[in-house]
Amino acid sequence: MKIAVCVKHVPEQARKIDPGTKRLDRSGEGAINPFDVHAVEEALRIKEDKGGEVVVVTMGPAGAQDSVRKALAMGADEALMITDDAAAGSDLVATTNALAAALEREGADLVVFGQQASDSDGAVLWAAVADRLRLPVISQVAELEVSDGKVRGKRQTEFGYDVIEAPTPAVLAVSDAINEPRYPSLKGIMGARSKPQRTVSVSELGVDEAGEAGSKTTVRELSDPPPRGDTVKIEDDGSAAEKIVEFIAERKLL
Amino acid sequence: MATIVFLEHHDNELLKPALGVLSKAATLDDDVTGVVLGSGVMDLAGGAGEFGAAKVVVVDKPELEAPLPQPRVDALASIVGAGGYDNVLFAASVLAADVAAGLSARLGAGLNWDLTDLVREGAELVGKRPALGDSVFVDVGWTSTPRLALIRAGTFDPRATGGEAAVEEADVQFEDFSTAATMVERAHAESEGPSIEDADVIVAGGRGLGAPENFKLVEELAQALGGAVAATRAVVDAGWYPYSTQVGQTGKTVSPKLYIACGISGAIQHKVGMQSSGTVVAINKDPNAPIFEFSDLGVVGDLNEIVPKLTELVRQRRS
Ligand SMILES: Cc1cc2nc3c(=O)[nH]c(=O)nc-3n(C[C@H](O)[C@H](O)[C@H](O)COP(=O)(O)OP(=O)(O)OC[C@H]3O[C@@H](n4cnc5c(N)ncnc54)[C@H](O)[C@@H]3O)c2cc1C
Ligand SMILES: Nc1ncnc2c1ncn2[C@@H]1O[C@H](COP(=O)(O)O)[C@@H](O)[C@H]1O
Repeated sequence: MKIAVCVKHVPEQARKIDPGTKRLDRSGEGAINPFDVHAVEEALRIKEDKGGEVVVVTMGPAGAQDSVRKALAMGADEALMITDDAAAGSDLVATTNALAAALEREGADLVVFGQQASDSDGAVLWAAVADRLRLPVISQVAELEVSDGKVRGKRQTEFGYDVIEAPTPAVLAVSDAINEPRYPSLKGIMGARSKPQRTVSVSELGVDEAGEAGSKTTVRELSDPPPRGDTVKIEDDGSAAEKIVEFIAERKLL
Repeated sequence: MATIVFLEHHDNELLKPALGVLSKAATLDDDVTGVVLGSGVMDLAGGAGEFGAAKVVVVDKPELEAPLPQPRVDALASIVGAGGYDNVLFAASVLAADVAAGLSARLGAGLNWDLTDLVREGAELVGKRPALGDSVFVDVGWTSTPRLALIRAGTFDPRATGGEAAVEEADVQFEDFSTAATMVERAHAESEGPSIEDADVIVAGGRGLGAPENFKLVEELAQALGGAVAATRAVVDAGWYPYSTQVGQTGKTVSPKLYIACGISGAIQHKVGMQSSGTVVAINKDPNAPIFEFSDLGVVGDLNEIVPKLTELVRQRRS
């Protein structure tokens, strides 16, 4: 079974939007989207159970190599990176165009997504990609069963838990509760460098509508959030419990 | 402008968040249509007139019985194409997000999500979106029509204005792949559990508790404070605590006087369920955790150290 897992390289800290380009500032250190580590783990477990290979797919800047390495170190077999200046500033439509084109060529039996990108909080990409690939999709999967030719996922909605079944090939998005991801072993980390990694451009994928030019949404203006009342942040020096009690007692909440 | 609103329903009722978006749409545009997709839903449609729909389009087909997204994308793609709608609005939900994103890909139409307001500027529409853990507010737009938008859960309340809607039935051809997924079990609300909606004090636990048995730390604190225990989806999905105690987008919405979050990162989907709490106290060992952005008192530290001490002190004070 061939499993493609989609991971995003996200800024690590102090996330901010560049007021000039109105894009997320991606210049600092980045790391693999924490939600996608669960997707990689699930892909590896399916492979360990059923046999096959796991290919990591990402669209992102050259620095996304770090995220790819992490997935390879965990045990993925190979990687495909869509790294191209022409892909910068992609919204959902432009990302779908590129990612679906790449996944189409991979022809995986299962395409696994994470729960959400920590920088965009969209939790939407899988459904767009599935439509483009003309494959069934199950989202928010918290428990997964893979058997010959089909997948069954249990997932939460506003009304309780659904169980959904789909034939493969299929697209899945997994919840952050589906598993406890492994840490890469030293051997895994050392081995990651020598695993096959391919890089493609959007034109090589035959995608004309990419990046900001291919996007259908815009960021017009940025502003500060409404100010909040007085907030206090303290570091525990052993007296935090006392301070919390004082704080809530002062507000007559005790 | 012509606007169409996706009217999600459950147990034979149109959902409040969707009717809220419909009411909002009616303040922006005089040409507002609702769309109801399901099986055996003809009777539901008329109710949307009350909340500002001039017309309701219904597709009533067995393929739409289960609340799965892909057949709904087929239906909307043909309705939106035929009706020449400029705006397609959704109240965010697990189902609506997948429908909106699928439609975005099908039509090559821009989708903005997590909007907390919509403003009309002449022939343009502007969305307001708190981003990056609500630390920045962004005005977003669309470069073409139809414009697709997902409105954050709980943003607009329905307002009954007493109108009537013309109900129209539409037909749809489904794609093979759209009906490939099937629902085996539906909306099963597991293990009845305690009710948390009326509690004045809530102590909530997240994955930072480390293990299911550590929920006793928050239970003891809640008991000392005379409050209830709540949980995040991460721990509910993992089976640590019952679904009935989950706070957030797909759980309960609560507004206690005091909300103490222990080992909770503060994802937007959690925040929407507790943001109207009076006082929020957060204990998290990560100084960059988003929860600190909306806590009145943020404590950076290890809950294993702090919570038992806190419980002890509260007991002493209250005895
Ligand atoms: C469509 C959709 C709907 C959703 N609906 C909901 C919903 O209704 N409710 C909900 O809660 N979530 C919901 N989510 C999930 C949400 O996005 C987050 O994944 C979830 O809230 C994270 O739960 P958590 O804070 O317990 O876990 P994590 O994000 O893993 O956070 C754990 C936190 O604990 C801290 N920590 C670890 N150890 C310690 C320690 N010893 N002491 C102190 N702190 C510690 C860590 O620093 C971390 O910040 C939804 C997501 C989607 C996509
Ligand atoms: N640029 C990207 N490259 C590869 N996968 C991505 C990218 N962006 C998002 N994803 C995947 O899509 C999921 C949902 O992202 P989003 O809809 O942006 O919240 C993530 O958890 C990833 O699995």
